[in-house]
Amino acid sequence: MSDILLSIDGKEVKAKEGMTVLEAARSAGISIPTLCHHEKLEPYGACRLCIVELESRGGTRIVVSCVYPVEKNLVVRTRSEKIDRIRKMILELQLAHAPDSFILQDLAKEYGADRNRFEKEPSFCIHCGLCVRYCAEVKKKNAVGFVDRGIRKEISFIPEIASKECWNCKECFPLCPTEALQAAYVLIDALISPLPSVKLEAAK
Amino acid sequence: MPRINSPDELEKVRQEVLSRRDPNEPCISICAGAGCLASGAGEVISAFQAEIDKQGLKREVNTKGTGCPGFCERGPVVVIYPEEICYLQVKPEDVPEIVSQTIKEKKVVDRLLYVDPSTGEKATCESDIPFYKNQERILLSSNIKIDPKNIDDYLAIGGYSALPKVLFQMTSDEVVEEVKKSNLRGRGGGGFPAGRKWEGSRNAPEPIKYVIVNADEGDPGAFMDRAVLEGNPHSVLEGLIIGAYAVGSHEGYIYVRQEYPLAVENVNIAIRQAEEYGFLGKNILGSGFDFIVKVHQGAGAFVCGESTALMTALEGRAGEPRPKYIRSNVVGLWGRPSVLNNVETWANVPLIINKGADWFTQYGTESSKGTKIFSLVGKINNTGLVEVPMGITLKDIIYKIGGGIPGGKRFKAVQTGGPSGGCIPEELLDLEVGFDELSKVGSMMGSGGMIVMDEDTCMVDVSRYFLNFLTDESCGKCVPCREGIRQMLKILTNITQGKGKESDIELLEELSETAKEAALCALGKSAPNPFLSTLQYFRDEYEAHIKEKRCPALSCKELISYYIDPEKCKACTICGRKCPSDAIQGGKNLIHIVDQEKCTKCGTCLEVCPSRYDAVRKISGEPVPPPIPEEARTVVRKSKQK
Repeated sequence: MSDILLSIDGKEVKAKEGMTVLEAARSAGISIPTLCHHEKLEPYGACRLCIVELESRGGTRIVVSCVYPVEKNLVVRTRSEKIDRIRKMILELQLAHAPDSFILQDLAKEYGADRNRFEKEPSFCIHCGLCVRYCAEVKKKNAVGFVDRGIRKEISFIPEIASKECWNCKECFPLCPTEALQAAYVLIDALISPLPSVKLEAAK
Repeated sequence: MPRINSPDELEKVRQEVLSRRDPNEPCISICAGAGCLASGAGEVISAFQAEIDKQGLKREVNTKGTGCPGFCERGPVVVIYPEEICYLQVKPEDVPEIVSQTIKEKKVVDRLLYVDPSTGEKATCESDIPFYKNQERILLSSNIKIDPKNIDDYLAIGGYSALPKVLFQMTSDEVVEEVKKSNLRGRGGGGFPAGRKWEGSRNAPEPIKYVIVNADEGDPGAFMDRAVLEGNPHSVLEGLIIGAYAVGSHEGYIYVRQEYPLAVENVNIAIRQAEEYGFLGKNILGSGFDFIVKVHQGAGAFVCGESTALMTALEGRAGEPRPKYIRSNVVGLWGRPSVLNNVETWANVPLIINKGADWFTQYGTESSKGTKIFSLVGKINNTGLVEVPMGITLKDIIYKIGGGIPGGKRFKAVQTGGPSGGCIPEELLDLEVGFDELSKVGSMMGSGGMIVMDEDTCMVDVSRYFLNFLTDESCGKCVPCREGIRQMLKILTNITQGKGKESDIELLEELSETAKEAALCALGKSAPNPFLSTLQYFRDEYEAHIKEKRCPALSCKELISYYIDPEKCKACTICGRKCPSDAIQGGKNLIHIVDQEKCTKCGTCLEVCPSRYDAVRKISGEPVPPPIPEEARTVVRKSKQK
């Protein structure tokens, strides 16, 4: 496969076909912040922190670099006033849920994000989906998943699977960008709380 | 019914169907669409059948439940052929009279006709009613003529004649070219040219391709696709088969929401009948072309109307959009080229093939051709489905067809495009309806929802309503959408409750930018539109809420008070008796006073206060006048003074 030449932040970067802009940038030592990205996992495109600007037809447009495939002669900018403004907002939105996350705090410093901009709703989970996807794609166990949608979406372990698989694995714990114990908490909660059907039985 | 194996055989079958039907024989068509069924059409149909039986007319008179003709406001709708007499709001007890008068004596039952509210004139036929007269119903006009559960009805009106034309007289390239020439644009929201979408799929190297009908209509107040799929499912199927032939697909899906049980039922029946007749399956009409269709019921998620979410759901996974920088007509369902078009788009295809692209392009504006079905709802006299040529003005839709605003109220705005659309104010009512025209003013065509709002509607509350809808209906995957609209809803709720801050508008604008620029799918990118368009045209309302704690439309509960004007109150005691929270201090011959502490602002007192007194009013942004002193409360009655 032939090399593809593109420009990232004014630097000429050589990439292989099929690579994403994020991969190309990182291979050239250009850093782009991410929260939901993981080398072993399929691109997810959920945190939107890795947005970059593409120059096209005289204007610019914003795409997420973890999904966008490299193209010949692509002109990419990883920082701009607009990108920084949007990244700052994304971080502030996430900090409402996980104000003490070290990763978020470091990024907040970089982009001048105010952790108190929005009313705190500490759920810790920022829905990066790393635990869910790692369990599904790498471990192929599906012991943890998302439930519900919209603003009520949350992660949840499936007790029937988790009780068999999780104690000897726990590989998802260190992936969590907000708090390593977050997954542990949700796991234990799933295992110790009686199942709804058990509760119903008990109520009878 | 043996399979039909050639176009000649099809024409024979059609002639046979027609020969069994005498166009001069009476036929009673009763709308059996979901709207009319809800207002009792089921009972009306049974009553007709029983009465026809009773009067011994079963052999001469055909009675059928049909698709929706659109005039839902006046349902159940009954049309009697061959005279095409149109009766509205028919009840089972009207049936004996209709049968003995209209069917037997050929006399019109005057009291069931449409009466023009302004002129008082009666209209006997559908085509005389202004609601219909000003429409251009190339799709919807068939609905009242056919029983959607009977394929022969579709054949009788010339259905399945585009299909043999395509299969035997046109190459797939020619079909794509014809659709491209018609400039048919997607009716589901995006407005992408259907022909170009088809061409992209056709040219994709992957040999297995899919065609899909998007019937996951979910915009609040929209029901166009339901009416087409329920009322004329074969027209959608025929379009889909033609599309499949054009792109080279042999498998199609109809993704229909579960909340449309009648549409699901009718389309399943239609597929079974089409298979039986040989319009689906192997070697269609002896052409050598194979194609099958499966129905997939959605699980009630609005976001699944988004193309990639719909395809993910079809694959059996949670309906979440996936990031795409390659179009789904090239990499779609199971990674294969997939043409996804909306119900109405597909239904237009047989017409374009039959009548030609030139016929289709005679309707419309430069960039939007053909007609569009809108569901006209809200504060409008004639609620229902309207099909209009592109390029008609909003004013004509709302006033000529819709009959204006009820109750002598003043028009304020019309919301188009569902939760992704925007509100268009009165000064833009002369706008011509089209994809680009609507986008230019900050709204969009969307799938065709059209919600009319009058002076009593608070525009801040409207934008809060749509954001609230979206917090439930977002898939929750990406941050700008899930978290952005969570915060936007919080801020808008605060504003409607009088807790808004001066900096709120700016913050909302910033959140809007983040969603618009960085959200993953079209739902998130367009989620701020209801806010942005209301801010653009009704900024003063936002400012009144924030700065003066006043709701100009007198609608936001937290910002209004109910007040009884002591000059006008005649102590009739009605409001006191009806108040559910015991908040009205009254008594015989005492001017009534609202106890603001107890009042829950339900508005009952305002509703029940007799209009001749008109003593209760809503106030906002100013203090409630203090209650009048006890000694001044006695009402002096003129009659008793004598």
